Amino acid sequence: IVPSVLRELIRTIRTARTQAEEREMIQKECAAIRSSFREEDNTYRCRNVAKLLYMHMLGYPAHFGQLECLKLIASQKFTDKRIGYLGAMLLLDERQDVHLLMTNCIKNDLNHSTQYVQGLALCTLGCMGSSEMCRDLAGEVEKLLKTSNSYLRKKAALCAVHVIRKVPELMEMFLPATKNLLNEKNHGVLHTSVVLLTEMCERSPDMLAHFRKLVPQLVRILKNLIMSGYSPEHDVSGISDPFLQVRILRLLRILGRNDDDSSEAMNDILAQVATNTETSKNVGNAILYETVLTIMDIKSESGLRVLAINILGRFLLNNDKNIRYVALTSLLKTVQTDHNAVQRHRSTIVDCLKDLDVSIKRRAMELSFALVNGNNVRGMMKELLYFLDSCEPEFKADCASGIFLAAEKYAPSKRWHIDTIMRVLTTAGSYVRDDAVPNLIQLITNSVEMHAYTVQRLYKAILGDYSQQPLVQVASWCIGEYGDLLVSGQCEEEEPIQVTEDEVLDILESVLISNMSASVTRGYALTAIMKLSTRFTCTVNRIKKVVSIYGSSIDVELQQRAVEYNALFKKYDHMRPALLERMPTLEREKGVHLIFRRVHVWGKVNTLYDVENYLQILEINGFHAVLFSTGIPSITAYNKNGLKIDFTFERSNTNPSVTVITIQASNSTELDMTDFVFQAAVPKTFQLQLLSPSSSVIPAFNSGTITQVIKVLNPQKQQLRMRIKLTYNHKGSAMQDLAEVNNFPPQSWQ
Amino acid sequence: MWKIHFILLFSRQGKLRLQKWYTTLPDKEKKKIIREIVQIILSRNQKTSSFVDWKDLKLVYKRYASLYFCCAIEDQDNELLTLEVVHRYVELLDRYFGNVCELDIIFNFEKAYFILDEFIIGGEVQETSKRSAVKAIEDSDMLQETVEEYMNKPAF
Repeated sequence: IVPSVLRELIRTIRTARTQAEEREMIQKECAAIRSSFREEDNTYRCRNVAKLLYMHMLGYPAHFGQLECLKLIASQKFTDKRIGYLGAMLLLDERQDVHLLMTNCIKNDLNHSTQYVQGLALCTLGCMGSSEMCRDLAGEVEKLLKTSNSYLRKKAALCAVHVIRKVPELMEMFLPATKNLLNEKNHGVLHTSVVLLTEMCERSPDMLAHFRKLVPQLVRILKNLIMSGYSPEHDVSGISDPFLQVRILRLLRILGRNDDDSSEAMNDILAQVATNTETSKNVGNAILYETVLTIMDIKSESGLRVLAINILGRFLLNNDKNIRYVALTSLLKTVQTDHNAVQRHRSTIVDCLKDLDVSIKRRAMELSFALVNGNNVRGMMKELLYFLDSCEPEFKADCASGIFLAAEKYAPSKRWHIDTIMRVLTTAGSYVRDDAVPNLIQLITNSVEMHAYTVQRLYKAILGDYSQQPLVQVASWCIGEYGDLLVSGQCEEEEPIQVTEDEVLDILESVLISNMSASVTRGYALTAIMKLSTRFTCTVNRIKKVVSIYGSSIDVELQQRAVEYNALFKKYDHMRPALLERMPTLEREKGVHLIFRRVHVWGKVNTLYDVENYLQILEINGFHAVLFSTGIPSITAYNKNGLKIDFTFERSNTNPSVTVITIQASNSTELDMTDFVFQAAVPKTFQLQLLSPSSSVIPAFNSGTITQVIKVLNPQKQQLRMRIKLTYNHKGSAMQDLAEVNNFPPQSWQ
Repeated sequence: MWKIHFILLFSRQGKLRLQKWYTTLPDKEKKKIIREIVQIILSRNQKTSSFVDWKDLKLVYKRYASLYFCCAIEDQDNELLTLEVVHRYVELLDRYFGNVCELDIIFNFEKAYFILDEFIIGGEVQETSKRSAVKAIEDSDMLQETVEEYMNKPAF
């Protein structure tokens, strides 16, 4: 049976009215093709593979035709080769071992007497050649790169590009062949040569330096293209070979980057292209676009740069969306380096926030944030907040983050800053990123004079709606911290509201109960309630009750907190005020939050259980718990007869060999120790400096301490050892003691 | 690097008419990408630009009669020029087939590939002359041994 021709099959399949009918036809045809392949029939192999390729395009499997493609490639008939190579490009790739069988055929065909066969081989190699194939055949490609046949030369150039991309080490071998590539008149060869040169320059700084000398020639070629008369072969809407023009502009960009001489040599031609290119059609704008990118990237004169930015400004006003799109993309690239020039187009950019195209909106948003500064922040934030309100959900998180950042940098006043944050939280409160919450908390903490205003606004915000988690988290924290200001109506910025302690607890409890609240949010709410136990006066019993109920919560996190807070009420009630007192203003140092005033409280909290408790409270407040401002553990250097001396350590920021030791001497006996003198000695390789003590009297009953600072210089980073001598008067007698301190922690001297 | 990663031609009903890949991907992955991109582009309305940010690439697309032409380019490539590349390919098809329509591409898909391969290799333009590219195809057609299968002028 003679297999049907391709067109017949296509016609038949197109008559199928259902997917099932089509599938049945395909299966029938595939079965016929398979048995035909089995018969090893040379005559109809081509026809069958062509049909297989059609079915492959419809989505059906065709892998059983892979070997047949190879047989077609090996055939002497041009028709076979044409379909064979097409099939190889569609059905094979480097991941199948069988593709390597092509290598020999391709090698032969690269040397074929017919250029169209050579062309097929070059094209296939250049599209899908694997690294192994490229290695094997690079030599053949290099030969063809030097041929005078322009039809083959242009294909060889792109084949070489592919080889270099697959096996970068082979780049060197193509260098000699590039010698006179640009002397060609043929545009195809010129274009592909420029592509090849570009690839080489991008991959190797040496190549780049070597090819800089081509700048004058490239400039000449570009000039000829612009000045030459109408050439029907290469004309596009009155412009001669825009593809070549753009590629030359791109190569010039790479060569001119960071090089004054090259940049100067191309200055004139760039100005010429920028001013003379016809802008009525897309093709002209494509060239202008590339020109602008080149001008901005090389070391161009300021006049040229202004010209480029103005072109972009005109692009922004173009009716064609595509032109506006590329304008925004380019302005985004240049806004850092040419900030003032881009600022001039700010209002047009802001208008693009209202565009219907999502990509244009996104770029306009990014550009808007880049343009915010101290002078325009109020106006810009207004526009961006409006945008936040109306934009698609995919933008809201980025927009919110951007507004927070800009507000932090340029807020004209603390009130404005808080208001802006409030606006974002209430507008897009569920899109705000998780890391924004601790940042906002820190911000609020440090805006001391705005506490009453902030807590009032946040309270009002969640009163109606407590579904937006980041908003609720910040609000809960704030209420827990400043609830006392809320109920005492201390707000000055706006009319203070009347709210009772019970009403405040109502809302926090609602958050706790609500199934809209995330586990984290509930943690915030519970901690807030707990903190209010030291700020509220009438509702402590209610708080105790709430806390005890959650001691049996199914939520493990909540349960743990509740249990610890219960313990705080029962066993550590004396510590509760100190632990829950207002957070001090915080310094941020290298991403770690340091807490200062807590250090002395830590001195009183010394069981592991208490440490965890303390850490919990800190973590709920969004801080990474770093208890010691230095991180080096303290030691008890001496503890005898009621006299205890503790050492705390700090390393100098400026001199790594210096350790600063602060000693604290305390007295647990019933009588004061007077005329207290502390002396210390260190081994020879160290140096010691003793500063004046705070006093000479250590009061009894641990009611006060003497502190003194010691500076130790340890240039050889040896293990720190110290001999101390203590003299004082106690109970009428003169006391004296000597001791060795050997338990210095390694972090204090290493 | 600036290069075209792949080119897709599909109808308004989402039927694939041509797929040219200049990067190596498993068949399954290609199918998934095609489904995704066809859906994205078919859902775009008239008021949008011709460019879509997709993963770390950009899609440049244009509709000619009943066919969508879609090119995936690198992020830093020149989108406006890519529109010209697409347009040039359409012109080449038109010159070869004479007033090309979707049916030409369906019934002579292998020719559509041959023409593309004379215009682009490895994701880069190889020939900027309309005349040269089409002449190469016509000369190659002349070399074919069997005439009734692959006639110059399509018959369907």
